[in-house]
Amino acid sequence: MSSLVQSITPRPAPARPARAWSATRIAGHVLMAMWIIAGACLVYYLASNIFSPFVQKYWGKYLEGFVVTLQIVFVSLGLGAALSVPIALARASKVALLRWPAYGYVYFFRGTPLLAQTFLIYYGAGSFRAELTDVDLWWFFRDAWYCIIFAFTLNTSAYQAEILRGAVENVSKGQWEGGRALGLTQPVIFFKIILPQALMVALRPYGNEIILMIKGSAIASIVTIYDLMGETRRAFSRSYDFQAYIWAAVFYLIAVETLRRIWDRLEAKLTRHLKR
Amino acid sequence: MRIKHLAAATALVLAAVGSAEAKDWSKVRIGTEGAYPPFNSLTADGKLVGFDIDIADALCEEMKVECEFVVQDWDGMIPALQAGKFDAVIASMSITEERLQKVDFTNKYYNTGPAIAVPKDSALTGTTDEALKGALLGAQSSTTHSNYAEEKFPSADLKLYPTPDEYKLDVASGRIDAVIDDVVVLSDWLKSDDGACCKLLGALTPDPEINGIGAGIAIRKEDGDLKAKFNTAIEGIIASGKYKEINDKHFDFDVYGG
Repeated sequence: MSSLVQSITPRPAPARPARAWSATRIAGHVLMAMWIIAGACLVYYLASNIFSPFVQKYWGKYLEGFVVTLQIVFVSLGLGAALSVPIALARASKVALLRWPAYGYVYFFRGTPLLAQTFLIYYGAGSFRAELTDVDLWWFFRDAWYCIIFAFTLNTSAYQAEILRGAVENVSKGQWEGGRALGLTQPVIFFKIILPQALMVALRPYGNEIILMIKGSAIASIVTIYDLMGETRRAFSRSYDFQAYIWAAVFYLIAVETLRRIWDRLEAKLTRHLKR
Repeated sequence: MRIKHLAAATALVLAAVGSAEAKDWSKVRIGTEGAYPPFNSLTADGKLVGFDIDIADALCEEMKVECEFVVQDWDGMIPALQAGKFDAVIASMSITEERLQKVDFTNKYYNTGPAIAVPKDSALTGTTDEALKGALLGAQSSTTHSNYAEEKFPSADLKLYPTPDEYKLDVASGRIDAVIDDVVVLSDWLKSDDGACCKLLGALTPDPEINGIGAGIAIRKEDGDLKAKFNTAIEGIIASGKYKEINDKHFDFDVYGG
């Protein structure tokens, strides 16, 4: 009986053969270089304009607008999240009387542009002033801020309901059955067992929805609200300086990038038991 | 700054390519808004009508050039002129210092003042900053009137709209308390069915610093020859009586102003 006395000494993997400089590879490098140069120019331009009269004059306004944008986004996201739970439940319900209206609601708000919904609510409400005054709701619809929050909440709740429903359906039936076998009540199973697992799946789509809302909130500026875009348009209309829009883009990027980083942390935390 | 130079250089090259055969101005493209009755507006079937349009046609006839209208949103009017989408703006644009930094203007072709309109049952009594304290005041954005409101009525709450159509809807529904615009524009609207909701609160004294020195034709700075042609034509139609004819067709008073 022979036994292994000596094995081959471990060696590093052989070096990869050098890749040929094909036409596409050269084109890729050239394009990449152009992008990098363009990006560097943009950064240089912004840096050299930090003390320009434009920035001196308008930066305070931009900050105010940025705060308004964040307020709009987070208030409507919060309200939309609360509203999305009953809608998602109704949507997954076995009772047709609950399921179909929820389906119609989601169908309408996902299928039509946010701009159209905003106009419909804002100018639509304006033409029903007498009726709204009768039911004492005019104070609400008179204010552009409330109209925007209302429109955005309805819109985002439809999206969030779909995210939630998809995520909940993704959790296997066995989890429900296990919960029932332990004698837990339906709400406890949902909130303590199903929802945490569903959130793992829902996290990324939720992040996307928030990003879409941050950018979509620019619509508020055309119904007289001075959000980030509203202030940008005002600054542009006084200066005709295109850097107005570049600075707006910078602010939106900051918001989205911050969110992206928070989301990476959240995901790492929620899925820590899956790490090996 | 470098990018600015680069952009300017690119624009120059593009302009040079565009005008390689030297502009002879046999054809002039005119930008207008089409949302500012009675000066310029679109009819239901998409035709441009109004005082500005008639003046433009008369000027083109006087200059013996062929004119083509381009409809452009108000907010983007000056950038579009600079980008070469059209050669002249005839859209009731007031000649102001701010705009003169970006474009050139011909002499004025009319001059009217701002005014404030309110719903008929309005509690507002005057057109001072004191009287308008806390009132929601609507205006079209990027206009001299919105600047006027910002400067003269800081106590009012200014709401900006993309076109007059939107502030008209909002003042009719009572969402805002008052609107500021050209006195002629407001009077014309108040005479129509849509304007039945409202009345003129009062005319305002124009401030030349804000309101400028009347409405002129905006031209790119490098097109001095076109500006000269337009100036001669404006004098021409005033001398020939054509201006008065157009004036009387639209208004029962003289809009040329002092």
